[in-house]
Amino acid sequence: MNLSAESVGAARVIRVNEDRIDAAIAIQFKDRMRELAQDGPARIILDLAQVNFVDSSGLGAIVAVLKFLAPASRLELAGLTPTVGKVFHMTRMDTVFAIHPHAPGGEEQFGG
Amino acid sequence: MGADRHAADGSIVDLRFHADPFAVREALCTAMSRLGTDIGSDDADMLQLVLAEALNNIVEHAYAGRPAGDVRMIVRRDRGSVACLIEDEGREMPGLRLPAGLMPDADVPHCELAEGGWGWALIRDLTTSLTYERAGNLNRLAFRMPLAPGRAGET
Repeated sequence: MNLSAESVGAARVIRVNEDRIDAAIAIQFKDRMRELAQDGPARIILDLAQVNFVDSSGLGAIVAVLKFLAPASRLELAGLTPTVGKVFHMTRMDTVFAIHPHAPGGEEQFGG
Repeated sequence: MGADRHAADGSIVDLRFHADPFAVREALCTAMSRLGTDIGSDDADMLQLVLAEALNNIVEHAYAGRPAGDVRMIVRRDRGSVACLIEDEGREMPGLRLPAGLMPDADVPHCELAEGGWGWALIRDLTTSLTYERAGNLNRLAFRMPLAPGRAGET
């Protein structure tokens, strides 16, 4: 499970360097997120731009992270690929998270 | 990864594999690459989701508390839809029927959000002709996923 974190302004951006968050790595994802996001700032932005597939186990792991970071930190999402966005929409989890088109900072600029 | 047969009856994917999360992932990736551009990419993404949910349920429930056995997954492209058959030798569905699959409530405080339970709701939303039968010691789940009209074969 390859995640990387960087500070961008007052937020911490955690980038998922994997192409899927599925049942095989959902638990690892939660554990790594706990390490990278704990004692973090009020805004944690999860950059999902490289993730092309999320199943309900992966979705559940992301929701679990939202829950364990609250109330100290708020988990926001960025860079949802169309497929991942569809899963959030079908499950109505797109109404639960603040979702940004892309994460601030980093090397991947929109339209670049 | 187990046997992969190209049957003469038009099967495009026929895989047998161990019921564990990594073998499931590998089978899904194999199936998706085998299907290639045979179906549109949006349809392929949703097909992968449906198959993943069905297979994860087998890993997590049918083989829960017992040694994991095999799963067989057959995906066949038909006119206007994809027909799928998934078989396992795990525990039968409770009451020998499929879960209702209600979508977990999103309109609740964050601390009360479900961390799962979307699987059957997604399967039911995305498929037609969903059937389950217990045949001897075999669970047999069959369904179709309609393909977007005119999209088949598009990249």
